[in-house]
Amino acid sequence: MKNTLLTLLSLLMLGYSALAGEGVKVGDKAPSFRLQNVDGRMVSLSDYDEKTGVILIFTCNHCPYSVAYEDRIIALDKKFATQGFPVIAINPNDPSVQPEDSYENMILRSQEKDFPFPYLFDKGQEVYPEYGATRTPHVFLLENRGSDFEVVYIGAIDDNYQNEEYVEEKYLENAIADIQAGRKVGNDFTKAIGCTIKKQK
Amino acid sequence: MAKTTLFLMLFMLTAGFSEAQKSVPVYDFDAFKPLLHRQNDTTYVINFWATWCKPCVEELPAFETLNENHKNEKVRVMLVSLDFIRHYDSKLIPFIEERSLQSKVILLNDPRSNSWIDQVSPEWSGAIPATLIYRGNMRQFYERSFTILEIEKELENFIRY
Repeated sequence: MKNTLLTLLSLLMLGYSALAGEGVKVGDKAPSFRLQNVDGRMVSLSDYDEKTGVILIFTCNHCPYSVAYEDRIIALDKKFATQGFPVIAINPNDPSVQPEDSYENMILRSQEKDFPFPYLFDKGQEVYPEYGATRTPHVFLLENRGSDFEVVYIGAIDDNYQNEEYVEEKYLENAIADIQAGRKVGNDFTKAIGCTIKKQK
Repeated sequence: MAKTTLFLMLFMLTAGFSEAQKSVPVYDFDAFKPLLHRQNDTTYVINFWATWCKPCVEELPAFETLNENHKNEKVRVMLVSLDFIRHYDSKLIPFIEERSLQSKVILLNDPRSNSWIDQVSPEWSGAIPATLIYRGNMRQFYERSFTILEIEKELENFIRY
């Protein structure tokens, strides 16, 4: 009996850790984080508890998809920070695997492009697995629920990485518009081709 | 003179068999989709990659070896590049030539990836490298990198029956 209980308990725990490994789903509470910004300061999600929401984007220096979206991410922050939805960018890559994504290179890139948003380094790679980010860029739109943030959209910024002019659906902006109108986000999950997050094997 | 030219031409023709592709067919997803559903007894190994994707480039030799190891069997390796179309001449073709890739390479140029990623596999988040192996209705999708031993082992599940 005792053994059965133990087995059950360990199975439950296994199930839990497997779930935790998959990251968050829409509707889940957003995991908290505290990471170093390119200006040297530490930034936490809780620093944003006066905001309506946060546009959290896992992105990096080296990935051509991230580069293709850089100007659009800057434009998103310029448009939505004043509406209560600032951008936080997080580089999830291990620089020992992808040297272009080192903290020093992040500083250089943020200066070159004059990023108006924090660009945080997921040193130790503990934050991206909690979100279940798998690629760059990978967007998680968070809505402030008072005591914590809720994940309300996961996916791509829009439907055309190659050419902004040919974008037909701005998934992320539509999700923000839904929240601003007091609606549930209509299209709350999209997929896109992206670079794998680089980690040691 | 004429003889030399003829000889040269013949030489180039025969050499052509082991040369890399000089051009790569470009597909949008609608045109590409039938290649994911061929109903015959060949096993298709379809690897999604790009010249800029470091782990993809690192595992390409494994797929090339796989292609070589099974070239006399009912196994076809296809390398589906997701490079940007504007890099076709500047990056993709030179890359194929430099490495003299022998597996079939195609370019999937369809930026509306949200509409087709699930059609390759609902298990795919969109990150590359990714690989699909199928024969008839038997199929398996992998969002990961492979060594030659690992991909041989997966292929074995398809060809031993």
